[in-house]
Amino acid sequence: MKLSYYPGCSLEATAKEYDASARTVCAALDVELADLADWNCCGATSAHNLNRLLALALPARNLVLAENAGLDLVTPCAACYSRLRTAEHTLRRGGSAARELEEAVGAPFGGRVTVLSLLEAMVKRVGLSAVEERVKRPLTGLKVACYYGCLLVRPREVTGVERPEDPVWLDDLMRRLGAEVIPWSFKTDCCGASQAITNPDVSRGLVARLLARAGEAGADALVTACPLCQTNLEMQRPTSQGAPCFYFTELMGLAFGLDGARSWLGRHLVDPFGLLRSLSLID
Amino acid sequence: MSEVSGPLAVDTAGRFADEVRRRTGQPIERCYQCAKCASGCLVAEYTDYRPNQILRMVQFGLREQVLRSRAIWVCSSCQACGARCPNGINIAAVMDGLKEMAVAEKLAVPEQGPLFHQMFMDGVRRMGRVHEAAVLARYKLKTHRLMADFGLGLRLFRKGKFPLLGSRIRRQEEIERIFSRALASGEGVTRHEAVLLPGVLAGSHGKGI
Repeated sequence: MKLSYYPGCSLEATAKEYDASARTVCAALDVELADLADWNCCGATSAHNLNRLLALALPARNLVLAENAGLDLVTPCAACYSRLRTAEHTLRRGGSAARELEEAVGAPFGGRVTVLSLLEAMVKRVGLSAVEERVKRPLTGLKVACYYGCLLVRPREVTGVERPEDPVWLDDLMRRLGAEVIPWSFKTDCCGASQAITNPDVSRGLVARLLARAGEAGADALVTACPLCQTNLEMQRPTSQGAPCFYFTELMGLAFGLDGARSWLGRHLVDPFGLLRSLSLID
Repeated sequence: MSEVSGPLAVDTAGRFADEVRRRTGQPIERCYQCAKCASGCLVAEYTDYRPNQILRMVQFGLREQVLRSRAIWVCSSCQACGARCPNGINIAAVMDGLKEMAVAEKLAVPEQGPLFHQMFMDGVRRMGRVHEAAVLARYKLKTHRLMADFGLGLRLFRKGKFPLLGSRIRRQEEIERIFSRALASGEGVTRHEAVLLPGVLAGSHGKGI
């Protein structure tokens, strides 16, 4: 299987370990990722605050590039996914909004490719059975709270997610890796996203609540599929102590027994090695 | 600017509500104050107004109070409110439209969000991509927080998360086209780069959006 790959700006910086683990895990599953040539920033959590058309046209240019490449576009970043999918949704609905968008980009979109989150690609394209077959070192004893955040699931008409209030794909994936998935009620609560920079009191409060609720539910760690969620969960807590947070691709790599896991995890601000060693999940 | 002002004044002509409806495409008149949005709003405790209050204030034409509020900027667009609204109002889209209006009418407080978002988009306009470290450093410098957060920046640098150089795209002219068209589309709101946040990016940042 071959897909166009859109890393997004965070995966070149704060979320480098997400990029590295995503690429390595995809290679292990025979998913060929072709970097989208000359991709641009999707506008992230900033453009939509300032200008509606800008927030749609920036991601739309990437859709046109993906269509020219002839491959569906996969992105690990939940924020990029949300912006790209929202642009795709607008273009597919047609009408004056779509024409305005195509005019701003300077090229038509024929609707021949679609946008996938990497998590979605794992579940729907690769398949959970294929993932499970690849597991060499099950994550036995690892109690995780699956944290989806906002942008992978909402709004439903854009994401097409069947259960936006209680998504289960990440839970299912983690179970196939051998982890113990802890039920909790805060899967899709917000981490504050870029409020961490503009109104940090908000993010600190939201993150404190998420970590407290995950702990009360009995989780030893959180699993994320979003660089904003991961960064906030690690950086907006008062100290670097407490439950570590993992990108789902890192846990896939660990369970697959892939080289590289140690270097990905070494980039975390909250040290995950103590927990993993206590469960004999890493040497 | 509406002629009505003050906490109890009502814009009986509904001009502000009409403008918000036209700009966002959202049926704000349907809101009947069930407050489902507010009960699920995670940032409500940090704001001056709840989302249902903002909608009511828009219906009542309390233009200045709405556009000066912290609530519209503390909204992080998590979209829980819209997902649960029984009347199908995408409240995050309403908030985005209100933010555009607040900036255009110079009622927004730059430090509540617009300054950062503008600096972020300024980077995108120049490079086609965001160099996170550079945007954050510039923002911290502007808000006099550079030294206070220097230690954290250093930790990120040591973890390899703050590369010194950002990447840029090749066909930058295509990004410039998008910015030009989008700013021209702003119904007079973001028509010219200097209009968006006058004065804020003067000097070293000549070319804000």
